[in-house]
Amino acid sequence: MSFRAQHELHRRRFGRNLGLGLVLAGFVALVFGLTIAKVSDDDFNMPATEQGTN
Amino acid sequence: MSDASLNTASTAQPGEAGFGDFFALLKPRVMTLVVFTALVGLLAAPVAVHPVVGLAAILFIAVGGGAAGALNMWWESDIDAMMKRTRNRPIPTGKVSRDEAFAFGMTLAVMSVVMLWLATNLLAAAILAFTIFFYVVIYTIGLKRWTPQNIVIGGAAGAFPPMIGWAAATGSVSIEAVLMFALIFMWTPPHFWALALFMRGDYDSAGVPMLTVTHGRRATRVHILVYTVLLAALAIGAAFTGIGGPVYLATALVLNALFLRDALAIWRRDEAMAEADNYRIEKRAFRLSLWYLFAHFSAILAEAALRGLGLGAWG
Repeated sequence: MSFRAQHELHRRRFGRNLGLGLVLAGFVALVFGLTIAKVSDDDFNMPATEQGTN
Repeated sequence: MSDASLNTASTAQPGEAGFGDFFALLKPRVMTLVVFTALVGLLAAPVAVHPVVGLAAILFIAVGGGAAGALNMWWESDIDAMMKRTRNRPIPTGKVSRDEAFAFGMTLAVMSVVMLWLATNLLAAAILAFTIFFYVVIYTIGLKRWTPQNIVIGGAAGAFPPMIGWAAATGSVSIEAVLMFALIFMWTPPHFWALALFMRGDYDSAGVPMLTVTHGRRATRVHILVYTVLLAALAIGAAFTGIGGPVYLATALVLNALFLRDALAIWRRDEAMAEADNYRIEKRAFRLSLWYLFAHFSAILAEAALRGLGLGAWG
C-alpha cells in the first residue's frame, strides 16, 4: 500500500481552515473576556426584568 | 490591446485562496497605522478603559479598517492589475475572486461595527461605519477616479481611527479627537504626493487623476509645500492643547523643521534636478513622513503616560 503525496491544494486548504479555526477560537475567547469585563464593571446593572428572579 | 490588459487576462483565473491571501485583502500595512493611531486615541483619552474592552475596541477598529481595504481592492481590481505596486494583490493575481473579496469585506464591515457597538458605545461604532462608508463609497467608488484631490479626500478616511479610539473611551468627540484627525488629514497629501513624484509611471498608466498627471509636477510641488506649512502650524499648535505638552512640543518642532526643509527643497527643484539625482529629496521626504506621523502619535502617547503619572502637560 502506498501513500500519495499530499496535493498543494490540500495543504493550502488545511492552512486556511486552521487559520479560520484559530480566528474563531480567538473571537470566542474575546467575547468571553468582554462579558467578564462588562459584568465586573462597577456601573453594571442587571436589567430590571432579571432582578429578584432567584 | 495594452500590456496591462494582457497581464489581467493571463492571471485573473479563480483559484483556491489560502488564509494569507484573505489576510492580504485587509491591507495589513495600512492596518498597522490604523491600530497604532486608534490605540493612541484610546489611551490619550481622559477616561480609563478596561484592558479587555480596549483590546476589543482596537481589534474591531482594525477589522473595520481591513474590511474597507478589502472592499477597496474589490472595486479597484482593474487598476490594481495595471500598477507595479499593486499587481501582486490577491484579486489581480487570481487567488481571490472579486465576489469572494466583496463578501469577505461586507461581512467583516458589518461584524466590526456591531461588535464595536457592543464592546464600547454607539458613537464609536457609528464613526467606524461612516469611515468604512466614506472610504469605500465616497472615496473609492465615487471620487478617486474623478478628481485630482482624491488624496485629500482619501486622507479623511485614514484620519478617523484616533477619533474612533477616543470615542470608544469617552463616548464623545472633543477638540483633541478632532486635532488628531486633522493631523493625519493634513499629513496625507504631502506624504502621497511625494510618493507620486517618484512613482510617476504607475498612476499615469492606471489613469488615476493624480495631481501630478492633471495639474503637472510643478503644481504638485507647490501643493506639497502649502500642505506642509499648514500641517506644521497645526502640529505645533496641538502642543498647547489637552493632548500636548513639552515632549510633544519638542518632537513637533524637530520633525516639522525637517519636513518643512524637505518640502521647501522639493518646491525649489524642477524635474531635471530631480531626475539627475533619482528623486533623492522626494524619496527622503516620503521616508521622513512615515517617521513624522509615528513620532507625533508616540509623543501624544508619551504625554498621556506622563499625565497618568501626574507629570502631565504644562503642569
